[in-house]
Amino acid sequence: MAELLFWPALIAYGEAAVAYAGVLRRPQLATRLAIWGVRIGWLAQTGLLAAEAFRAEGFPWSSWSGALNLLVWFAVGAYLIWGSSPRYRLLGRAVMPAAAVLFAVAGFGGAAADRGSGAFVAIHVGLVVAGFAGFGLAAALAGLYLWQERRLKERAVGLLRLGAPSLVTLDTLAARVTVFSLAAFTAGIAIGFVRGHELDLAVAGAVAAWLVFGSALLARRELGWRGRRVAYLMLAGFAVVAILGLPAGHLG
Amino acid sequence: MMITLVGVSHHGAGVELRERVAMRLEEAAPVASSLAAVAGEAVCLSTCNRTELYVAHEDEHDAESLARAVLLEREPELASALYRLHDEAAALHLFRVAAGLDSLVPGEGEILGQVRAAFEAGTTGAVLDRLFRQALHAGRKARSETAIGESPASVSSAAAALAQQVFGDLTGRRVLLVGAGKVSEQAARNLITRGAEIAVVANRTLDRAAELAGRFGSAALPLERIEDELARADVVLSSTSAQEFVLTREQVERTARERRGRPLFLIDLAVPRDVDPAINELDGCYVYDIDDLEAVVAETLGARRREAAAAEAIVAAEAEDFRTWHASRDVVPAIASLRARAEEIRRSELEKAEARLGALSESERRAVESVTAQIVNKLLHLPTVRMKQAAAAADGVVYADAVRHLFGLEDER
Repeated sequence: MAELLFWPALIAYGEAAVAYAGVLRRPQLATRLAIWGVRIGWLAQTGLLAAEAFRAEGFPWSSWSGALNLLVWFAVGAYLIWGSSPRYRLLGRAVMPAAAVLFAVAGFGGAAADRGSGAFVAIHVGLVVAGFAGFGLAAALAGLYLWQERRLKERAVGLLRLGAPSLVTLDTLAARVTVFSLAAFTAGIAIGFVRGHELDLAVAGAVAAWLVFGSALLARRELGWRGRRVAYLMLAGFAVVAILGLPAGHLG
Repeated sequence: MMITLVGVSHHGAGVELRERVAMRLEEAAPVASSLAAVAGEAVCLSTCNRTELYVAHEDEHDAESLARAVLLEREPELASALYRLHDEAAALHLFRVAAGLDSLVPGEGEILGQVRAAFEAGTTGAVLDRLFRQALHAGRKARSETAIGESPASVSSAAAALAQQVFGDLTGRRVLLVGAGKVSEQAARNLITRGAEIAVVANRTLDRAAELAGRFGSAALPLERIEDELARADVVLSSTSAQEFVLTREQVERTARERRGRPLFLIDLAVPRDVDPAINELDGCYVYDIDDLEAVVAETLGARRREAAAAEAIVAAEAEDFRTWHASRDVVPAIASLRARAEEIRRSELEKAEARLGALSESERRAVESVTAQIVNKLLHLPTVRMKQAAAAADGVVYADAVRHLFGLEDER
């Protein structure tokens, strides 16, 4: 029965992604439609997760599809904080298509698995997934930064019409999101090691992602790196997460 | 009560004429007051683009000639440039003015404040009070529901808006002003209104730099030493008459280490250009010359004009709303008289029947009161609605006269 909530959530996320694609042509209407899609989708997904948690005896999202579901929920929830603001509406162009695709993959990838592993796994997976979600959001901010920066360099037509966030705001926000995500991710990995997780490809991917995002923050702090270089590092970090981390089924 | 507008604007009169009739707010208030003393209600709206007198009155001709006389007394040559509008046309005009649709730059924001100030300084009653309040509402609505006032309309405001695209809030951002001419000063003021701080004024002649720096409370620097300040500046605004680049790529590159990745926004308003365009290739540096800024303004003005169509629809709806209200004023006295007469008849008939009703209990008496009141209300409901509809369709006066005649209400007019 709870699975019925999957479809409204997927449709709403899909609608939001399509609406954001049209934000350059009809900003006001597209934004309104998109924001409602995000809200409805997130509520439906929350209902879905709540139903899964209610039904399960242990931690229900320890399978890769369950973890992915949780990751999307974290990412969209974090985006909702800013997504309602017109200044960050363009961020939705990066976040929502990815959220819709990942949510669909999670939904078709199988039901949530109840491994019955208790609070330890719940905290480990929850923190790692929250970290991944934050890295995704930071990468979306970095992508938006690079896009906006290129438009400023090229003196693009309609530069002021879109009301995108300023470069400094995007740069600062991406760094702050990374700080919180890295903290959650580090704690999640540490718990995994304490639990006795063996070194495998997924762990190597997670450590690589940690190193890339950590270097981005370190370069920002110690070398004064800002803007484009940090944005490229964050995108590289997310690529590591996407290529090595998730498919390796670390969370499964 | 009718509304008459007599005025002059940038559409029909040059600045040399307009400046002779322009009034400061302190002058406009007594003018409105003296007009209202004769006509009833008056507001004087005077800006750099227009001087308009709005009068609400009973006698159209007297009010119009009075308003004309006030303006012609200040400038007799104005006669051919004066325009006159009445009632709905005057209301629509004011609503368009408040929305910035009658301005040189569509959607300019200053006019709404000027309309509010004129309204507050005017001598208003029921009609002009409603007219100006609705005009202010229409102006705000046009700006909030369309993007007509969002984009910059001048080169200096475009430069400031672009700087905000880089830094967001400009509060506390350091501006290095290169050149001490009028253009630099004007553009710098636009940055200051958004919170930026003019840190240093650099000029070939140090005296002129010091003079302008004094006005901004900043430091002065000879042109040869701008590199000293470059490392700390967030925005460089340059407008000199130099024939070669004042700021080169090499100079900016030399300060890169000290800048530690902070962005640098360079505005070049000079022709020939002051800032080496190759600086734009450096990481974190953004160079905008006069052509780039004019292209931004042209694009945003085009966007404003496109938004103007949507704003016109909002203004037209508000004007129609006002017209309905204004027209209903023609029938309101007739409706009130009709209801008063009906109530008077109901009461007197109840009093006549007092002897027969004496035996009724209190609750039965209340029931009779209620039934008779309902009969009167139901009988008058349709005529009331029809009269208001007729008023909205501009036949209100005819209907009101017919009602007065049919029900013998002439004496109460």
